[in-house]
Amino acid sequence: METSLFNYLLHLGDNALILGHRNSEWCGHGPVLEQDIALTNIALDLIGQARLFYQYAAALKGGPVTEDSLAYFRDVYDFRNCLLVEQPNGDWAHTVLRQFFFSSYQYDLYTALQHSADTQIGSIAAKALKEVTYHLRWSGEWVVRLGDGTGESKDRMRAAINDLWMFTGELFKPAPYEKTLLANGISVPAEPLKGEWEGRLQKIFEEADLEIPPAPAFQSGGKTGAHSEYLGYILAELQFLQRAYPGSTW
Amino acid sequence: MSTEWPLWEVFIRSKQGLDHKHVGSLHAADAAMAIENARDVYTRRQEGLSIWVIESRNIHASDPAEADSLFDPSADKIYRHPTFYHLPPEVKNI
Repeated sequence: METSLFNYLLHLGDNALILGHRNSEWCGHGPVLEQDIALTNIALDLIGQARLFYQYAAALKGGPVTEDSLAYFRDVYDFRNCLLVEQPNGDWAHTVLRQFFFSSYQYDLYTALQHSADTQIGSIAAKALKEVTYHLRWSGEWVVRLGDGTGESKDRMRAAINDLWMFTGELFKPAPYEKTLLANGISVPAEPLKGEWEGRLQKIFEEADLEIPPAPAFQSGGKTGAHSEYLGYILAELQFLQRAYPGSTW
Repeated sequence: MSTEWPLWEVFIRSKQGLDHKHVGSLHAADAAMAIENARDVYTRRQEGLSIWVIESRNIHASDPAEADSLFDPSADKIYRHPTFYHLPPEVKNI
């Protein structure tokens, strides 16, 4: 049970950290200053969420484990994030669609987790939900804006859907630790989340004049440590400084 | 970008005040995006509770070149200030 809780906290934290890091790669490169700041704000929200989950996980583990050691001194196979969040930024369409797919999932997840039998997870979810509500609104509006925009923006959004769709199934495929915690009322059932997610997707895609792909979203593995090639490169950048100069501060 | 988004002026009401104060400007494609951009650019440090945006082209301003004729004539009209008038001692408060 305790191992499952630790893994689940890593999973929740890693999802937030890796997507936060991906978004932070846009810092200074956004299409316009205002959106550069918007995405950087989202990145900071997510990294803040990751910290809360890591702090809890570190307290659970005890000993020399800290939030920093969890972020900076674990290798690819120990990360529990889903594959979606580690996918490359691509163009703006890829970035906002990835955010929409994920925020839409996270919104219902955190809504449900507020009532988790684990009150600390419940408190983190309640706090983070306010942030996610905005992420969902922001990313959903961008999906509509690009989907229902010009010929080029629609083409780019369709390309993003083609590239990212296959990674959405994993969000609703419970890992062993999620199944274990479900029995204790700590994690939440995936099926209702999937229903909410699909309903919102249908509404936004309809507004954006985009089609939901018929293909199955088959890719998975990240939740149990089998990642795409990209995570190694992300960690190389994310962890470089602490690996080269352990314990350094600024 | 070849086609720039229009410019918007941003007004924020802080926790302390009742009035929305001009804080700056930004670019956005429409009003909804302007409010979100204002939230992201101007309220990052808890500056506000309410946001107004208005497209800059809708603001009509006085001409700085006319400042002399517009504003200088009021400089010597001290009788327009209430402090110009002496109150009779019988009047304690107004």
